[in-house]
Amino acid sequence: MGFWTEFYALSFYLATLILLAGLAHKIYQYAKTPAPLKVPTMPAPLTQRGVVLRLLSEVIFFRSLFRANKWIWLFGMLFHGALWLVLMRHLRYFTEPVWTWVVLIQPIGQYASFAMMLGLVGLLVRRIVVERIRYISSPSDYLMLILLLVIGGSGMMMTFVAHTDIVQFKTFVLGVMSFDWQEIPTDSMLLIHLGAILLLMIIFPFSKLLHAPGVFFSPSRNQVDNSREKRHVAKWAIKQFETKQN
Amino acid sequence: MAKVKFETPDVRPYPVIPILKQDSMKGDGPFVAKPPMQAALGYPGELVDNWQEVAIEKMGDLLGKYRSLRVYLDSCVKCGACTDKCHYMQGTQDPKNMPVARQDLLRQVYRRYFTVAGKLFPKLVGAKDLTKDVLDDWYNYYHQCSQCRRCSVYCPYGIDTADISMAAREILDTVGKGQKYCNEIIGKVFKIGNNLGLPEPALRDTLEGIEEDIKDETGIDVRLPLDVEGADILLVTPSADFFAEPHVDGLIGYAKVFHQAGASWTVSSYASEAANFGMFIGSYENMREISLRIRKAAIDLKVKRIVFGECGHAWRVAYSFLNTLAGPFDFLDQRYPIPQHICEYTYDLIKQGKLQFDKSKNDDRRMTFHDSCNVARASRMGDIPGGQFVIPREVIKATCNHFYDMPSDTIHDQTYCCGGGGGLLTDDLMELRVKGALPRMEALKHVVETHGVTHIAAICAICKTQFLKTLPFYGFEMDQIISLHQLVGDALILDDKTDN
Ligand code: SF4
Ligand code: SF4
Repeated sequence: MGFWTEFYALSFYLATLILLAGLAHKIYQYAKTPAPLKVPTMPAPLTQRGVVLRLLSEVIFFRSLFRANKWIWLFGMLFHGALWLVLMRHLRYFTEPVWTWVVLIQPIGQYASFAMMLGLVGLLVRRIVVERIRYISSPSDYLMLILLLVIGGSGMMMTFVAHTDIVQFKTFVLGVMSFDWQEIPTDSMLLIHLGAILLLMIIFPFSKLLHAPGVFFSPSRNQVDNSREKRHVAKWAIKQFETKQN
Repeated sequence: MAKVKFETPDVRPYPVIPILKQDSMKGDGPFVAKPPMQAALGYPGELVDNWQEVAIEKMGDLLGKYRSLRVYLDSCVKCGACTDKCHYMQGTQDPKNMPVARQDLLRQVYRRYFTVAGKLFPKLVGAKDLTKDVLDDWYNYYHQCSQCRRCSVYCPYGIDTADISMAAREILDTVGKGQKYCNEIIGKVFKIGNNLGLPEPALRDTLEGIEEDIKDETGIDVRLPLDVEGADILLVTPSADFFAEPHVDGLIGYAKVFHQAGASWTVSSYASEAANFGMFIGSYENMREISLRIRKAAIDLKVKRIVFGECGHAWRVAYSFLNTLAGPFDFLDQRYPIPQHICEYTYDLIKQGKLQFDKSKNDDRRMTFHDSCNVARASRMGDIPGGQFVIPREVIKATCNHFYDMPSDTIHDQTYCCGGGGGLLTDDLMELRVKGALPRMEALKHVVETHGVTHIAAICAICKTQFLKTLPFYGFEMDQIISLHQLVGDALILDDKTDN
């Protein structure tokens, strides 16, 4: 068994573990932290159903972002939308036999990578060129975009220029998933691509990528407007105050 | 306008995104609260020796108590969508008045002390130690946020800088660096019952004086009762309404509406304040304490309903928090909203046909309406989302013939703060207030030029006071700001009810 095979197989387990455990921890933390006061940004939905629709409009269409800034919206939309297509296309490397719908979207997924890169470049250029955004950017904000560009770039190289041995690669992936390791192809593009992805998975729960779970827990977006009808007293508030009263 | 040491920003002919002027509003911030004011609210009198430790500990405490804070500090992707949305940023061009940069003042410390990335790689993720400079920046720039929530409308994750400002101010109070204006006022409410420190006898005098004025003007006996036990309605209104124009004209309007509806109502001297500055300093405890005064007044006076007068953040606390903080209000009449806004009250009567207006009385006024930030983005009126935009406009249209809205990106939930909200309505922040008024003044200028608008109506004591002060800086007259219920009062046809 070659060094790269062992290295990537072990890194794959480690990265998956960190990603899942880190996210689970964060989601648990968000879920258990109380929201003692109703603070939806109004106008807000009056029903739970309405809240679901509001959240969907944010998550799928980036509604608030659209109202704020059409350029950021456009690049953000291009990146995220294309990323979903690309991710779905990648399911072909994890399933055997490959699901029909994954086979069908294969060409769309391949070309979506151009949109994804365009979105990323757009965001990066704005971050560098627009004074206000440059002011609020830390090194990690640039590096995050660069990491994503590396992932996209190396992936596109393999799709369109220097093909890797996909059959052998898939054997490797399925082997890792079934704890029956097989050799990984050692083209540098593939190793870069995978390495960058594993790094991203590890960074995810410690970085601003937490916006992904965060948006669902945002009190200004996920609360029902019903505070005149219902009381919402947090446990800590009861402990701290209400026992004293009366 | 003699002693101004700053320049009023130029009104921009078309929307431009301002260029940043680094440190243009750097400074010591507003006056700091004196030790006795701090003590009255349960905070240390001056900056404690181990302030750094106390601040971090308090931050940890708040992170465990408020999901909003935790999620907002984690989720920002620095997309920049909010960067040009704050009126203070537009008016001052100080980059630290960009909502995200304002959040970052707290976020950098959060990252340093509470996140793995910030502990290991502070430079990489923009994490910073809590130094005296950072603390000073907190004090200065968290008192340049009116907690208007405009930024939260546009953020893809709904990150609300108002919430973060509140948390920051609570931390500042906890380490002994409170703001004079807010804390002094809260102290007055605890001691006397209202922000102005108006005691019961003075309040009684004032109300009687207003009754006489109405009698002189209309020849009709309109009552403004105080501390009447057994009245149906308790009116809780900002104490500014008892004090000066244009506020008091609004109060006269409410009184006339109650009169015409034949309602039995009263003001309470114990809870003679709708405003709740506990919210501005992010203090659940103080906010609750002030809210409980209203509950007590309602119980003591045995009323059946609570109606709030025109006040923006007061309505936020009343609408969104009162039930939670001081409920349950099971002793009130459940057929009416608890609490109810005076605009809802008036609007209901209009719909029932119980109020008749002579609109021509307002013909010399061409109106526009300023959506107060806290009413627009933090509360509701009526039973549909957005009722807070519809109801006040319907009331205005029922009482006058000429109404024109300001540009659509400056009204409803996109409204601009007046520039004086969130505990900043103090003379030591005059420069900030004038500069922060810029976007609203531009929008006003637009309708003045296109529709010949002469007056702007508001439903918030802070907005009214702020406009009174800032309109002249932009070439308008002070008296162009009026209370919404002044329009109502002036056009309402009154019946003499003395014999029934
Ligand atoms: S809440 Fe209002 S004042 Fe504060 S940062 Fe946001 S837009 Fe500016
Ligand atoms: S809009 Fe929201 S996510 Fe974007 S920079 Fe502002 S606070 Fe951060």
